[in-house]
Amino acid sequence: MTGKTLYDKLWDAHLVDQAEDGTCLLYIDRHLVHEVTSPQAFEGLRMTGRTVRAPEKTIAVPDHNVPTTEGRETKIDNEESRIQVEALDKNARDFGVVYYPVSDVRQGIVHIVGPEQGWTLPGMTVVCGDSHTATHGAFGALAHGIGTSEVEHVLATQTLIQKKSKNMKVEITGTLPPGVTAKDITLAVIGKTGTAGGTGYVIEYCGEAIRALSMEGRMTVCNMAIEGGARAGLIAPDETTFAYVKGRPHAPKGAQWEAALTWWKTLKSDDDAHWDKVVTIRAEDIAPVVTWGTSPEDVLPITGTVPAPEDFQGGKAEAARRSLDYMGLKPGTALTEIKVDAVFIGSCTNGRIEDLRAAAEILKGKTLAPGVRGMVVPGSGLVRAQAEEEGLDKVFTEAGFEWRLAGCSMCLGMNPDQLAPGERCAATSNRNFEGRMGRGGRTHLMSPVMAAAAAVTGHLTDVRDLLAEAV
Amino acid sequence: MEKFEKLTGIAAPLDLVNIDTDMIIPKQFLKTIKREGLGVNLFDEMRYDQDGNENPDFVLNKPAYRETQILVAGDNFGCGSSREHAPWAIKDFGIRCVIAPSFADIFFNNCFKNGILPIPLPQEQVDILMKDAEKGANARMTVDLENQTITTSDGVEIAFEVDPFRKHCLLEGLDDIGLTLNKATAIDGFESRMAQDRPWV
Repeated sequence: MTGKTLYDKLWDAHLVDQAEDGTCLLYIDRHLVHEVTSPQAFEGLRMTGRTVRAPEKTIAVPDHNVPTTEGRETKIDNEESRIQVEALDKNARDFGVVYYPVSDVRQGIVHIVGPEQGWTLPGMTVVCGDSHTATHGAFGALAHGIGTSEVEHVLATQTLIQKKSKNMKVEITGTLPPGVTAKDITLAVIGKTGTAGGTGYVIEYCGEAIRALSMEGRMTVCNMAIEGGARAGLIAPDETTFAYVKGRPHAPKGAQWEAALTWWKTLKSDDDAHWDKVVTIRAEDIAPVVTWGTSPEDVLPITGTVPAPEDFQGGKAEAARRSLDYMGLKPGTALTEIKVDAVFIGSCTNGRIEDLRAAAEILKGKTLAPGVRGMVVPGSGLVRAQAEEEGLDKVFTEAGFEWRLAGCSMCLGMNPDQLAPGERCAATSNRNFEGRMGRGGRTHLMSPVMAAAAAVTGHLTDVRDLLAEAV
Repeated sequence: MEKFEKLTGIAAPLDLVNIDTDMIIPKQFLKTIKREGLGVNLFDEMRYDQDGNENPDFVLNKPAYRETQILVAGDNFGCGSSREHAPWAIKDFGIRCVIAPSFADIFFNNCFKNGILPIPLPQEQVDILMKDAEKGANARMTVDLENQTITTSDGVEIAFEVDPFRKHCLLEGLDDIGLTLNKATAIDGFESRMAQDRPWV
């Protein structure tokens, strides 16, 4: 009998029922809720007279369209945004779910709040009406995004109807070179497999370079599993995971901690497990990367040049032509010659304390290049507080950045933080889609250190050049 | 949920790969707390210019395609955000079936919850349907879920696969939550076992 993958084990541990046709009912341990994808689900419950089955396992926090400026507790100018935030407030209170309103210092991006508060634990199933739920896979939890109908289904039943995905292993061997980060790993993987390469799969990331990452880095890697089309991304829990989880407000304590730990240590793929697909990348071959187009698969090392549509085959050639037109780029241009107007540091991909530390390290004693605007949006109120305690806010503000309150912000531009048409941004977020950060806005995805480097020089920059100067 | 049995209607060609849910329904329309009324903003940034005027080149604005019920598109349709506003907008416009070489996972699931049939087919077959769709309003395609066939305006028949449970739910217009609540005993049992085995959850 062949062994099991970590995904197989998590699946088996949450199987409630299996129908003859293979359709399964999976139990959901944690359900995270935000204001944009939940109002219709709560409304559905009201209309059918249903209740929330497990309010203590349901955690609500507004993040997508909250302003990131002072005074938002009392007033949100945009009426539609205000109605959505108020609806979440009412739904959370009416149905009695766990809730962190904007006035709470623990408020932030749902995928940062969950792990920070210890709601996300190894071995769990975690869902949220948000595709970046994949983030929680960094803990060895089976975590994925769902639509609003499924949000309603989980609220009412604490389960989801599911079909099992296939198993993919992504191994990153060796050691990352200086200036290369978790963001570069996850973008490099998408660059290699394509945005549909993971469709139908759950990816487990493994290998020496993954093991060496902090929990923050692992969350960055898993966060973008969805950008590769995968249902979920996973990293087996280890001592790094346990050390991060221990002592968090909702982590188990005492004897329960010991019992949990015993089980968590079994959560890894067996040596003889079957993989439907395997991708291996040497960490030494990964360079700091940026995206040039309007799909996360449009990835190139910063040392590269803008490609031509003819470099691609089939439908991708037309897509590349459209991307280049939208991005205002000419084939053959060196990536480092691309000037930026704005720099955004934040999001569920790179809005954690370690990301802010890394960006601040590059920015220390430097200022934004003339004409460039910069914005730092911490992922949660607690990340912001921690950064202020370490004096990072000073580094950013002295460099000329705006220091904002927690939220999703410019990553999807639902709140007032948006790019103007034609404005070009170096961003630590996860999607470079047309119009994502504002209609006509142009997004280049990259790591926090690369975004900081672009902020200083005013154009896309190889952060390794700045690191070399510093030595 | 509205049933899906057999549909005969105009198919529109949208020959682009990686059509993401931000393109299908941009963020500014996610602020609604309702499911209805999003059809007018389907593909908003491709369909209208900055001032809100129709872009005459966009397929759904052409006279032949204003009553489109079937969309034929490129690979990896519906990638990106989990927003169910994407299928809501598609349905509200009047489209009940999307055909593409592949679909992003969450979007694919969301379709079935809203009476929309997403059909993945090999590229060669999508190419045939794309050509047929390019003929405009004179070319009506038929999608028959019961028999799992698509028939082009020329009478070419293409078979497709669909998950039996999802097919059953679409044909009958069944509500998932109602079905799952019938399994309350199994869920109760699972929860009591977990209270013993994993009390920290």
